[in-house]
Amino acid sequence: MKSVKLAVSAAALIAASASVAAAQEQVQVAGSSTVLPYATIVAEAFAENTEFQAPVVEGGGSSAGLKQFCEGVGGNTIDVANASRQIKSSEVETCAANGVANIIEVQFGYDGIVFASDINGPDFVLTPADVFGALAAEVVVDGEVTANPATNWSDVNPDLPEQAIMAFIPGTKHGTREVFEEKVLLAGCEETGAMEAFAEANGGDEDAAEAACMSVRTDGASVDIDGDYTETLARIASNPNGVGVFGLSFYENNTDKLKVATINGVTPTVDSVASGEYPVSRPLFFYVKKDHIGVVPGLKEYAEFFVSDAMAGPGGPLAEYGLVPDPQLADVQATVADEATIQ
Amino acid sequence: MTDVTDTAAFGPGGERHTSGSLLTESARTRKRNAAEKRFKAYGIGAIAIAILSLVFLLTSIIGDGASAFRQTYASIPVTLSADVVDPDGNRDPEEMSGVYSMSYGSLLTDSLRNWIEQEGIQIEGLTDADLSGFFSNEAQASLRNQVLDNPELVGQTVEMTALTSSRVDGMFKGRVSEESASRDAKTSVAQFQLAEAMRENGTLVTRFNSSFITKPDASDNRAEAAGIGVAILGSLYMMLIVLVLALPIGVAASIYLEEFAPKNRFTDIIEVNISNLAAVPSIVFGILGLAAFINFAGLPRSTPIVGGLVLTLMTLPTIIISTRAALKSVPPSIRDAALGVGASRMQTVLHHVLPLAMPGILTGTIIGLAQALGETAPLLLIGMVAFVSTYPGAPPAGFFDPASALPVQVYNWTQRADPAFFERASGAIIVLLVFLLCMNLLAIYLRRKFERRW
Repeated sequence: MKSVKLAVSAAALIAASASVAAAQEQVQVAGSSTVLPYATIVAEAFAENTEFQAPVVEGGGSSAGLKQFCEGVGGNTIDVANASRQIKSSEVETCAANGVANIIEVQFGYDGIVFASDINGPDFVLTPADVFGALAAEVVVDGEVTANPATNWSDVNPDLPEQAIMAFIPGTKHGTREVFEEKVLLAGCEETGAMEAFAEANGGDEDAAEAACMSVRTDGASVDIDGDYTETLARIASNPNGVGVFGLSFYENNTDKLKVATINGVTPTVDSVASGEYPVSRPLFFYVKKDHIGVVPGLKEYAEFFVSDAMAGPGGPLAEYGLVPDPQLADVQATVADEATIQ
Repeated sequence: MTDVTDTAAFGPGGERHTSGSLLTESARTRKRNAAEKRFKAYGIGAIAIAILSLVFLLTSIIGDGASAFRQTYASIPVTLSADVVDPDGNRDPEEMSGVYSMSYGSLLTDSLRNWIEQEGIQIEGLTDADLSGFFSNEAQASLRNQVLDNPELVGQTVEMTALTSSRVDGMFKGRVSEESASRDAKTSVAQFQLAEAMRENGTLVTRFNSSFITKPDASDNRAEAAGIGVAILGSLYMMLIVLVLALPIGVAASIYLEEFAPKNRFTDIIEVNISNLAAVPSIVFGILGLAAFINFAGLPRSTPIVGGLVLTLMTLPTIIISTRAALKSVPPSIRDAALGVGASRMQTVLHHVLPLAMPGILTGTIIGLAQALGETAPLLLIGMVAFVSTYPGAPPAGFFDPASALPVQVYNWTQRADPAFFERASGAIIVLLVFLLCMNLLAIYLRRKFERRW
């Protein structure tokens, strides 16, 4: 049985080579799916313009990436974690407990979050208060806290189109959801004065009032999308009444299918987000293990390349894709150059 | 049962038939015939539904994905101005490699602008953004490589065939129309008209896209350059590992269980467990692989070795079950004859039973491999859903390099923003289906060619 012998010897060969599995040759990155496209653009350009191998970039979400990041130092642990939110102090503690004590935090730009609807539908001119009134679980009607009665956008604000409320918002596992809750629902809640009514109803408990502000109606008018923006886009295609929440860069790639809503009269663009005029945006981060610098070839060079003017600056490939460049990019570059860690 | 004619004249109910002729159908016969016709119709209906859904699936996938195999290129003369390529003027390759590929974009933009002027093409409202967004970012990179490989080119004008951007490419695939271009932030009507003019001119051609099959994945900024080269290699490496590990282990286990093992409670338990393992959802093997191979054994993430090991575990039960069936189907008389002329049990198995069972074993193995090739779920957990833009090395060391896999690449591309990735995902599905079809054909061929009937 020649073939069996051959197979067995090949198996032995694999087993033998397993023991000489070479040290990690390229940078390993994982984390936020919002940061993923930017990281892949950088990885590709990095490999193209330097002597180093292209980093391997995985998605999986901010929390999953940071969890993996904090598993330890060396071996098969990842070198960089992408995140669409800042690292939590509990995560820093976990990291420290596992020996990942020196973390470099790099904030490389901003991402806008937009509301968009079908291109053939009516225009939406929204304010956080409108969105709160349309999507909150409970609203204040005549001084009373009641379950949200609105069925049409025009019920919330007569200036809005007479169209049934149908919203596709990111599910709770997404970092985008947090931003949506804080920058839109909470802001709208405070604006309309519902916050005080909630606090009163809860006996002055501010935290409970905030939670009430950020809870989304569950009667079917708002649908949580646990997939990514392509799923939201597909939902809007099959339901032209729908209004979806997207990242600015995703919208910019699909302007032929989507119509964007203004918030407080400001149209979301890279410029209006950068200037802070457009209110719903968030910073994007990546975290680097300092202890891996010098061990993993190209790690520091990758981080420096990521925040270089040529990549993350205005007019660079990241801005071309939809990143809002950080106005303080020079400071960020200094942080990376000095390998300054978070305390 | 003495009088034949008499019993024939009575139905089963004992009722007397008045019309006994075979040529006229009785009500009962008609009913039975109708029931049979209906039964056939159900079967045909079921097959029709299956064929219809297959046709629907294939037409939608081929309709969406066929265009991935064609790509639009434009050839224009590009002036490699020394100011951009070699700002210090030393022609030092070291210094010139300090100029990033992004800077080469302006060369393409300027060359395109000059070319339009020379050709006398007049297009209203053509902006710089339309020109700079005309070519793929990949074209900048290949221009840079060309210059670094051959520094004498600096200052000269070379004819270059450059990949156009995904929007320009989409104009010739029905993805982008003049109307959608007017609403699209990434293109414009002027760019659309320029592309049309260049097409008429013969500068712009859409031709077979071999780089889709050979090139690695590309980032979201260059959908037009993305290919499945790394995914095909990754899938191939994993299949090699599965074949090399699962076939010998599976065959050895089946031979022992079928030919040597005593029939007792212990082997019964093993048998039940093998059947159970065959039905375990594949994602469970992914979790197992993550825990055992990556976290415990310390194998690197995103590598074909881990994927191959996980898929081996998944394929083993399939191979064992089909191998045992193949061994069982070898008639006992062959074993008896071999033992009768004095062969040992091992000789009986290796010289007589196994060769006769080989076609069945190979068919089972190939079907198992085909199943493993299309498997996505376990690979998601072991980091195969990564952006990998470098080819893995040659085996066996290449088994430890990061790679992607075909089904995972499809999953990956359906999540990207640029609509061009959707076309490529369908294209990758076509490639995957072709591979599966070939493997199944091979299985059928082997079975037909070597199968023996007794």
